[in-house]
Amino acid sequence: MPLFEVKDLTKRFGGLVAVESLTFQVEEGETVSIIGPNGAGKTTVFNLVAGFHQPTRGEVVFRGQNLIGKKPHQIALAGIGRTFQLVKPLRGLTVFENILVGAFAGATSDAEAREIAEDILAFTSLDSLRDAVADKLPIGLRKRLELARSLATRPKLILLDEVMSGLNPSESKEAVELIKRLRDDRGISAVAGVEHVMQVVMSISDRVIVLNHGRKIAEGRPEEVAKNREVITAYLGE
Amino acid sequence: MNKKRLLFIILSIFLLTAPYLFETRYSQHVLILVLLYVTLGSAWNILGGFAGQLSVGHAAFFGIGAYSAAILASKTSLSPWLGLALGPVVALPVALIVGRICFRLRGPYFTLATIAVSEVVRLVALNWRDLTGGAVGVVIRPSVFSGTDKVPYYYVILVMAVGTVALCQWISRRKLGYFLMAVREDEETAESIGIDTTRYKLIALSLSAAITALAGAFYANYFLFVDPTVVLPLALSVEIVLIAIIGGLGTVPGPVLGAVLLKLSSEVFRNYFEQANLLIYGALLILVILFMPDGLMGGFKKFLTGDKRRVTG
Ligand SMILES: Nc1ncnc2c1ncn2[C@@H]1O[C@H](COP(=O)(O)OP(=O)(O)O)[C@@H](O)[C@H]1O
Ligand SMILES: [Mg+2]
Repeated sequence: MPLFEVKDLTKRFGGLVAVESLTFQVEEGETVSIIGPNGAGKTTVFNLVAGFHQPTRGEVVFRGQNLIGKKPHQIALAGIGRTFQLVKPLRGLTVFENILVGAFAGATSDAEAREIAEDILAFTSLDSLRDAVADKLPIGLRKRLELARSLATRPKLILLDEVMSGLNPSESKEAVELIKRLRDDRGISAVAGVEHVMQVVMSISDRVIVLNHGRKIAEGRPEEVAKNREVITAYLGE
Repeated sequence: MNKKRLLFIILSIFLLTAPYLFETRYSQHVLILVLLYVTLGSAWNILGGFAGQLSVGHAAFFGIGAYSAAILASKTSLSPWLGLALGPVVALPVALIVGRICFRLRGPYFTLATIAVSEVVRLVALNWRDLTGGAVGVVIRPSVFSGTDKVPYYYVILVMAVGTVALCQWISRRKLGYFLMAVREDEETAESIGIDTTRYKLIALSLSAAITALAGAFYANYFLFVDPTVVLPLALSVEIVLIAIIGGLGTVPGPVLGAVLLKLSSEVFRNYFEQANLLIYGALLILVILFMPDGLMGGFKKFLTGDKRRVTG
């Protein structure tokens, strides 16, 4: 049984079909990328899985449990973390407090939460910014904090919506390293939504799913997908 | 740390001996008022400051507490002090119902809903004459602390005020406090990390409403009279909010400073003109917004430490 499974997932916004009959699976410890041009439906998939939108049709199954109809906080507690494409830091709180809040959700005691927060602070190399107020961080660091806060809830699966966008080359290199370590050091599965196909993204993905106009047009290992004619057309036009 | 401890000791001695330092009945009365508003401002701050849900309807809970105590005392031979327990007990279910309705709304719509709810409570008190005496109100016979001695009242409200501030301090360092702040900063983010935002808003409202009702019950016992214009006016709700905002929203000492400053200054100026309250509050509010956008607490902090909350790395 896969860790995570989406079956026939469909979302209509009025007349627009944002996601159409999407089916895919994620195995334990696997990093899957969903790529597709702007408007392809990636963020909508994340919002459906995380309970922020209700699907028109379909199933989302995580560790054998159907998540449809559950509230976002229930899905988070079940073990699915998420980041937001437009980062949403807890603005008035410090970096450490942002992470601590996430840690409290999954911990059984005050002391345990603080321990988890310290661990995540170090894991994401945010120690030197511990007492900086989230609101005042530059975008690259906000993106990292977004990931750190979610990691503090100790998810089994994490949904990363455009973690690379807006980063400069050295920052995206760091982000790639971090995502690799999620899988290698922590055994966390990830689904990463990525608009621009970058070599670096391909290098971290065990598998790539290509969305266009809400439909899956290709799926496979990164090098296979990169050669796919339909994918090339979707990105480059006719 | 040592300075803090010293300040704490001096403050404790002052609070414990205050009614003997200020022996006139009027100054004792002012002390009691200040502590009453410390309690109200701090209780409001749990919901408005920590959780970011700006209620302008807290007079409703104050009034419910005050009426509960007053009606209990006037219709039964039970001690009016039992009203201190009854006030929160009656206010809690009301708070839960109000929360279920108002928390569907966000931002200014939530605030408007709280105003509407408190107006409904006021109209009920005005028209349910059999129970509340309508516009005439309810008079309580003085019973426990007989005569005119204000000192016992001082110690009762001191315990309430200190207890409320201590509760706020405790909350602010625990999971509950962090969850409420997360709700205030961004509800979607809070949900995304596993926080049941509706539940935590209801917890904040319940605590806030129960303490406000307790303060209302004290008020009834102290003034021995309640009617809709004194315990349920919109002006009271606004006053509570201003105390917290002027003192420093979401900080523990903020509402304390706000209550001391506002109540003392309104008492001082009352001797010069009627209705000084509103004028003073308006002027203070403008000054604070102009010079200390984070309230007195924010201003003090900046003054003492320089702005620490900056990116350093
Ligand atoms: N809340 C919404 N209401 C209406 N349309 C939406 C909403 N969210 C997304 N859409 C539409 O759904 C489509 C997919 O959007 P999105 O999932 O954001 O794509 P991506 O993340 O791949 O760029 C777009 O056409 C977008 O305009
Ligand atoms: Mg998107």
